[in-house]
Amino acid sequence: MSLTNEIIQQRLTEKFGEQVSAFSISYDMLQFEAPKEINLKVLNFLYDDPQLGFIFLTDLTGVHYPDQKGRELAVVYHLHNLKENIRLRFKVYTAVEQPDVYTATGLFSSANWMERETYDFFGINFLGHPNLKRILNVDEMDYFPLRKEFPLEDQTRIDKDDEMFGRG
Amino acid sequence: MSEHIKLPEGSIEKTTTTLNLGPTHPATHGVMQNILELDGERIVSADQTIGYIHRAFEKLAERRPLAQITTLTDRLNYCSSPLNNMGWHMTCEKLLGITTPKRVDYLRVIVMELARIADHLICNSIMGVDAGAYTGFLYVMQYRELIYEIYEEICGARLTTNMGRIGGFERNFNDIAFQKLEKFLDEYPKALKEFENMFQRNRIFMDRTMGVGGISAERALNYGFTGPNLRAAGVDYDVRVHAPYSSYQDFEFIIPVGSTGDSYDRWLVREQEMWQSLSIIRQAYQKVQSFTGAEAEVYHADVPEYYLPAKQDVYTKMEALIYHFKIIMGETDIPAGEVYHAVEGGNGELGFYLISDGGRAPYRLHFRRPCFIYYQAFEELVKGAMLSDAIITMSSLNLIAGEMDA
Repeated sequence: MSLTNEIIQQRLTEKFGEQVSAFSISYDMLQFEAPKEINLKVLNFLYDDPQLGFIFLTDLTGVHYPDQKGRELAVVYHLHNLKENIRLRFKVYTAVEQPDVYTATGLFSSANWMERETYDFFGINFLGHPNLKRILNVDEMDYFPLRKEFPLEDQTRIDKDDEMFGRG
Repeated sequence: MSEHIKLPEGSIEKTTTTLNLGPTHPATHGVMQNILELDGERIVSADQTIGYIHRAFEKLAERRPLAQITTLTDRLNYCSSPLNNMGWHMTCEKLLGITTPKRVDYLRVIVMELARIADHLICNSIMGVDAGAYTGFLYVMQYRELIYEIYEEICGARLTTNMGRIGGFERNFNDIAFQKLEKFLDEYPKALKEFENMFQRNRIFMDRTMGVGGISAERALNYGFTGPNLRAAGVDYDVRVHAPYSSYQDFEFIIPVGSTGDSYDRWLVREQEMWQSLSIIRQAYQKVQSFTGAEAEVYHADVPEYYLPAKQDVYTKMEALIYHFKIIMGETDIPAGEVYHAVEGGNGELGFYLISDGGRAPYRLHFRRPCFIYYQAFEELVKGAMLSDAIITMSSLNLIAGEMDA
């Protein structure tokens, strides 16, 4: 029996009930979220369940939403079931004041550098990571550059009117 | 430590040697550092440092309209820029819901497979250089040059191509481009065969690469390997087949797989893929030639909001002028949504994760860079091996610093 988005959603709700939420389909890919406390439980379930078998971590990254109070930072996992050839996107949100999320390195060796990169750019603290230090930026850096509070252009410039450039 | 050397009082005797391989070492082929801990010539541990050419593409992309991001993708895997360009255009098209005409798809396939050949050619010949065979490298460079000349005819650039637009190509392929393609299809197979004869059953090359840097399929999957490196370990995962894009479903080709996942298998898989790419290019060229009449002139989809109008129209037609202005000034809002699109890049699954909040630029753009993900397995690959094995393992992985550091 081939695996479909409906079956994945059904299996997840059977197992975690109300805790997994916000199911939606975005450009054919199932996406959902869970509280950050159970991120490893969800990943483990997706990995181990004989029917699901999401054994390949395609991508792990962060997103910063400064306007969402209490859930400013998101960690996004892209998982792939290679046998059934189906992908899904799984998100956990965390507050920016205490950005602690459990590491997935125990499950996926590939998560090691991807989590380091996410820490490097967003400051998400992966609890239990074997070597959580900066990877692309210099070690001395004391901020997390992909957060939205760091604008790309010098904000003190007055010779450019953003309104004129569709950037207002 | 020798009994003749008197160590200063209180010093600790160290039995291993630390060796800095890189950041600018002729054998690293890119700016990356490896701190190797050696016991004699055996590697005890390896600590990779990357990020020397980090250029903050993901941050830059948050301020740019879609069309301006193409130039950033050029600089990821710069051995196969057109592949990245096409991957990016297809991501945008997926987000915007644009379907491209078949002829555009086939032209794209030609360009992408040429880029794959260029990429694999570099990697395989560089492996020869690192094993002491410089001749093969110099010899096949001529044929990469032929590929670059084709790029030049198509888009005017050679290395960082910025090729194509959202919806298709900026201009139709001219006759010279097709002539050059025919020349390449005619001359290259002979050279590739010669190159293959030089290495494939070469005792020295086989001894240097077989059993070096091997990885099991299970570990490779756990480490997020994709592309030829994963296929060399025996997993037949190829994005072109698993999630066909740009009409790859219309082509007949096989996916070569290895068994041991070592450097030799990686070399063989790439070699075989070049033959497959050649066959795909021939099929695509045939399909392109089969179009007749008005269809034979199609080189882009009809998407005026994202595709720049012809310059003469801008001066004479109102709509064209408006679209031109909006595109150049980046005033077109893109629809809100989240999209992940992957293409089979030169060294693995190149993915684009684009989040749009409905503004002019992406809210967040993340590149899934294959070699960034699989390079972390390097320590496991070389632990216990000789120093010279580390060099050949590194070149067999097809690491591109530009892609790794984004």
